[in-house]
Amino acid sequence: MNRATTEIILGIAVIVIFVIGTLFLIPSGGEDGEGWGGADGGAADLIDSTGYVPWFNPIWEPPSGEIESLFFCVQTAIGAVIVGYFFGYWRGAKGRKEE
Amino acid sequence: MIQQDRRVLPLMAVCGAFVFVLSALKIPSVTGSCSHPTGTGLSASFFGPWVTAVLGTIVLLFQAILLAHGGLTTLGANVFSMAIAGPFVAWLVFVALRRYAHAGLGIAVFVTAAVANLVTYSITSLQLALAFPADGSVFAAFVAFAAIFAVTQIPLAVIEGIICGLVAKYIVRVKPDILKKLGIIEDAEIAKIQEEAA
Repeated sequence: MNRATTEIILGIAVIVIFVIGTLFLIPSGGEDGEGWGGADGGAADLIDSTGYVPWFNPIWEPPSGEIESLFFCVQTAIGAVIVGYFFGYWRGAKGRKEE
Repeated sequence: MIQQDRRVLPLMAVCGAFVFVLSALKIPSVTGSCSHPTGTGLSASFFGPWVTAVLGTIVLLFQAILLAHGGLTTLGANVFSMAIAGPFVAWLVFVALRRYAHAGLGIAVFVTAAVANLVTYSITSLQLALAFPADGSVFAAFVAFAAIFAVTQIPLAVIEGIICGLVAKYIVRVKPDILKKLGIIEDAEIAKIQEEAA
């Protein structure tokens, strides 16, 4: 196995172990019982506790958590397609040059 | 730069797409809450802060309009923290590492991406503290907001750094010409990184 492959496998392993490890080590997720909420939500709670009332509401809000995750998926998909397209294109072009 | 050479556009698209992917991934962290990377490190390393500012703004607009994440009235603040301040500091770090410390590309991008992530969230904490001082003290509020963000963010910064570092080396292996044109890397190092895959 060459050094590049080793590096990539090690990198992925570190990330996977970290994510799965944290999920198992802190099974309830956080102290407030909410469990794995967003850190930005935590900041929003802190702001709410100062008695601040937002003066402007989003023009349009996703009607449910499902719809919200749909848009997050769409965002990731757009990005992944572009990255994959060019990586594949470059790899293919490189192979042709070497032939 | 874009008018000079349109051949750098694909790499710019890949960097922008990276911000799309990484900023949509919510990753659990040791504090028991989730947060997401910014993904701006790669483009800050390759293109510097100005291009990154544009790419970051596109992503923030997408999230503000379709996800009610961030929002239009706070867009300016978010653009400053994620698309300008973070990448700018990160880019300085990248240039310093490459030019003065002669760090390898993978390591330099790793540190750059992690720094971009941490600076972004530190600035966010500072902005929130300025807007919502606790008992009249900006510093106390900064500590409170930073406690929420920074601790969660440190492991994520490392993850983001690993991903960006590996991707940067992969790009050197398949398409080194663009990076060479941008003055990011010299022939000797390209050959060295490509040898690792042989």
